[in-house]
Amino acid sequence: MNDDFEPRIIGFFCNWCTYAGADLAGTSRIQYPPNIRVIRLMCSGALDPVYVIKALLEGADGVLIGGCHPGDCHYQSGNYKARRRVAILQSILKQMGFEPERVWLRWISASEGRYFADTVTEMVAKLKELGPNPLKGVGAI
Amino acid sequence: MSVTAYQEFAVKVAEGDTLGTLQSFLGRLLTEDIVDALLVPQKLPTGDNVVPTLIRDPARLTGVDPIAPVMPVIAAKVLSKVTATEHGERLAAVLRSCELRAVIELVKLQQASLEDVILIGVDCLGTYEVKDYASLVKAGVDPTADVLAGAAKGQLENLLAADLESAAKGYQIRAACRMCEKPVPGGPDVYRPDIVIGFLGLDPSQQILIEASDALAEKLGLEANVGQVGDLSKRKEVIERLIAERTAERDKVFTAFREQVTGMDGLLAEFSTCIRCYNCMGACPICYCKECIFRTPTFDHASPQYFRWAERKGSIRLPTDTLLFHLTRLNHMATSCVGCGMCESACPSELPVALIFRAVGQETQAVFDYHPGRSLEEEVPVATFREDELTELGEKHR
Repeated sequence: MNDDFEPRIIGFFCNWCTYAGADLAGTSRIQYPPNIRVIRLMCSGALDPVYVIKALLEGADGVLIGGCHPGDCHYQSGNYKARRRVAILQSILKQMGFEPERVWLRWISASEGRYFADTVTEMVAKLKELGPNPLKGVGAI
Repeated sequence: MSVTAYQEFAVKVAEGDTLGTLQSFLGRLLTEDIVDALLVPQKLPTGDNVVPTLIRDPARLTGVDPIAPVMPVIAAKVLSKVTATEHGERLAAVLRSCELRAVIELVKLQQASLEDVILIGVDCLGTYEVKDYASLVKAGVDPTADVLAGAAKGQLENLLAADLESAAKGYQIRAACRMCEKPVPGGPDVYRPDIVIGFLGLDPSQQILIEASDALAEKLGLEANVGQVGDLSKRKEVIERLIAERTAERDKVFTAFREQVTGMDGLLAEFSTCIRCYNCMGACPICYCKECIFRTPTFDHASPQYFRWAERKGSIRLPTDTLLFHLTRLNHMATSCVGCGMCESACPSELPVALIFRAVGQETQAVFDYHPGRSLEEEVPVATFREDELTELGEKHR
């Protein structure tokens, strides 16, 4: 493990649960590593896999997709659709020689500020074990 | 139209003219007023290509050839165009297995309709690249005759090698066809169309096999016109052997592919010679987006952005996003890929995209135990979900 390596994570969070959970972590002054850049979506089901792939190809070390717990989707079923898309994406990434462990899907509710902070902490640790995205700095893609 | 009860009929071939018999059989769909139009492969006047043709006039059946081993476009795409909006016509479409399976996927993606459509599946031994087919014809070969001659044994390539010493030598059916383990409509994991035209394992200079429902058979006058079906055990045996050979070839090339793509270098090597023509997308029957995101300005960026990327990475390949294009396409079509191989035939760089997309598709389809083109009832994985599936995803990693 390289101690100097600080993973860069792109977060795609649903407006109603995970984004609010992250907000709660902030307002509650819960400490977590500053390695994540968040993009807010209306729903995890609104995330086209193209943006996850784009983030990875541009060198992001990990992508964290956050949505409401099953059954809690503000739009009834967006998170179930997101779950299928992530399953497809991970299957494809794995077969194309890319580490699917860099793509995380987590259900984090608006009340789970602590769990959000723990998730980011855990993900940073796992990505440090995994090392930098091998595509970082590769221009010929 | 969906049919459940089938009967088998042997149609006697008059004077060894298999195509003529098929033409008159298909013509009866028009003359008996069963349909208003036929969508069927027909030889162009130049003779060097056989293309999907929409026929209304029964006098225009000359040159109809559902056996010719060539597929310049996959008929599923034209069936989609012909049926996607209200038309009020009754249509019969003659399709090989991959075309049939692609049609089923397109229907489920709501981009084709089977309203008043009779699907007719025909056995397929494989197809040549369009340019190879044309060369064969120019060299004096009759590829349809070769298929018919090889039908009894279920072989095409060996026959060619024996037949042709000069120009045709070395031509073989497309890579996608060589690994196609679903050559028979209604066969294992293939949708059963309203009518199946079979010649594998038979002597098509003597008879062809028609499988149809009682109702359709009666309308077509099949009972009155034809003799009893003989022993079909040889047909079964030939099809089983063909499927086994193709499955072995498929597994061989899939294994080689998987050994090759084990890391980033392998991944990058797969698409290094892509020229970004998007032909694979245009030829794919499954690529379902009405407007592909890569044809929009989504990935056109303000000029300074390119310089910033180049600064961050040191250098960037232009145009950007080659790998993004292929991986995104895979995400959209892998679960429904029927393995027709039109992407690879369309690729000017001869990238093995049919192999890549099929191999990846196989495992991705397995996640949902989904078989593209098998049934109209099984929903396409990207269009549905189950609450009780994939439950480990989204939960804390343990």
